[in-house]
Amino acid sequence: MSETSDTTAATPEDPAPAPATTTGATIDLENLTKRYPGSGDPAVDSVNMEIKAGEIVIFVGPSGCGKSTTLKMINRLIEPTSGRIRINGEDVTDIDPVKLRRKVGYAIQSSGLFPHMTVAQNIALVPKMVGWGKSKIKSRVEEMLDLVGLDPAEFHGRYPRQLSGGQQQRVGVARALAADPPVLLMDEPFGAVDPITRDHLQDELIRLQHELHKTIVFVTHDFDEAIKLGDRIAVLRERSHIAQFDTPEAILTNPADDFVSGFVGAGAALKRLNLTRVRDVEMADVPTVTVDDPLQEIFDKLRASGTNELLLLDKRGRPYKWLRRGDLMRAKGSLARAGTLVHDTVTRDATLRDALEAVLTDNAGRVAVTGRRGEYTGVVDMETLMNSVHEMLEADRLEAMEHQHELEEQRAQLTQAAQEGTAGEAKA
Amino acid sequence: MNFWDYLGNRHQQLLMDAYQHASAVFQCMVVATAIGVLIGVLTYRSEWAGNLATTLTSTILTVPSLAMIGLLIPIVGLGVAPTVTALILYGLLPIVRNSIVGLRGVDPTLVDAAKGIGMSRLHRLVRIELPLAWPPILTGIRVSTQMLMGIAAIAAYASGPGLGNEIFRGIASLGSKNALNQVLAGTLGIIVLALLFDAAYVLIGRLTIPRGIRV
Repeated sequence: MSETSDTTAATPEDPAPAPATTTGATIDLENLTKRYPGSGDPAVDSVNMEIKAGEIVIFVGPSGCGKSTTLKMINRLIEPTSGRIRINGEDVTDIDPVKLRRKVGYAIQSSGLFPHMTVAQNIALVPKMVGWGKSKIKSRVEEMLDLVGLDPAEFHGRYPRQLSGGQQQRVGVARALAADPPVLLMDEPFGAVDPITRDHLQDELIRLQHELHKTIVFVTHDFDEAIKLGDRIAVLRERSHIAQFDTPEAILTNPADDFVSGFVGAGAALKRLNLTRVRDVEMADVPTVTVDDPLQEIFDKLRASGTNELLLLDKRGRPYKWLRRGDLMRAKGSLARAGTLVHDTVTRDATLRDALEAVLTDNAGRVAVTGRRGEYTGVVDMETLMNSVHEMLEADRLEAMEHQHELEEQRAQLTQAAQEGTAGEAKA
Repeated sequence: MNFWDYLGNRHQQLLMDAYQHASAVFQCMVVATAIGVLIGVLTYRSEWAGNLATTLTSTILTVPSLAMIGLLIPIVGLGVAPTVTALILYGLLPIVRNSIVGLRGVDPTLVDAAKGIGMSRLHRLVRIELPLAWPPILTGIRVSTQMLMGIAAIAAYASGPGLGNEIFRGIASLGSKNALNQVLAGTLGIIVLALLFDAAYVLIGRLTIPRGIRV
């Protein structure tokens, strides 16, 4: 997941038929501070952050650490006491907040849909406010519903209370994206849905982001969610001090201090599995035959391969049955009852964690990997998993060391520059 | 003369009174609603202003209606003026209170969401807060109307219009053969009007409360 600033990359099968999709914008926070009158310590103390265009940045931290406040200062739902906010280089700290917010999508916990408006009316709100034409709005609403995986014909006229929590959340995201803002702010959007739905919604968000390349700032207190979604994660401690701001890999393998490692929690190696997809590791291969092959050929293949097992594919190349040597002996001319059916497969996009789960539950310790239409592409077993995990952790460690080294060097340079009194990089 | 004969003989006069009664209440309700909702909108966001508005309007309601009209006569004279003034003042409380309660009851996360997607203050009020607060406001209007129906009868004391005249005439001539009929006709007329108005409100509710928040 190192495609952070890769916004210019061509989007394959980009669906946007109507308005051209605006891709992300950079966000720069400069000494952003919020001080509430009457309290000594600021709620948010001088946050500095550069968010690249098209990346998902997650603010994660314990409750009350000011992560939500920081997020709300970006669209100035909370006015900063001091500091600057720049979106795509433009200083938005003093522009009309209403105008700013129309350019910044906003999705919140429990969706925030207006119960007295239909799904379509909710989604159409922002496009209407920025003055789109009627027919353009109409087609945009359909497009957005489609994008978040809801059938426009069915959901168009429904009221929010007629939707499940997950569906409401999807509409909430559709509404936030309706006017095609370059930036999307999400404040614990999946906090109020059940774990299974949450998982689905997270997958959907990843898929959406692959298509849209928005700049997304996402607040959560769930570190696993942060790892799953984030290109980079900012671990915040009280008063929104940034304890560490780095890629999930770096945070997992090399937490900056005790606070971060405490927040990462136990099982960092296991969590690391969530970050790698099956397609990124080396797959093993087993000999395959199809149901149309004559029995003799299957025998020959098994003998020639020197393995104990064959994968039988159906007519469309999808894994169908595992055939062992013994099964074939007993088959007696027909394959109809021989072998064990393939229960579980994983796709190439599955995380290693899913793959491990499947391998552990499979009684022979291997699982078939399938491509887009369910066709066989390879096999993952315990051994390949172990090897790739070891390699991965080793690589992470090296990278983290290098990274730290770099940082130290930079710091040294800065100190030197400061000592010499040359304010080197003053221009932004 | 029994009651039915009385109704038959006087139906023209009675209908005229009923019409005037209804029209007075209706017009006063329109004005009271406008003022009441406006007061609600202006005060609901501040704790003390909202409480002040509720307290003031409920204080008005504690003044006995006869006394109120009596007090108004030296100020605005006889006839329609004291009637209208009194009715509007009395009608305010339920509307003001329900407007404030309704507007304050709008889920703050929705207001936050509305702000967050870039709705201006006025836009939020008109498109989000008032529609969501509308059911309680409508209830307030309904309660107000019921109340005004009764209070409007007192208006006859100041030579105001409406079915109250019938009642007062009956009371003034107690003992005469039509006295009871007059009081009865006036009272029943008011009850019938009240029920008709109530039915109208149910219909208005059906038509104006969006399906998404109808209970």
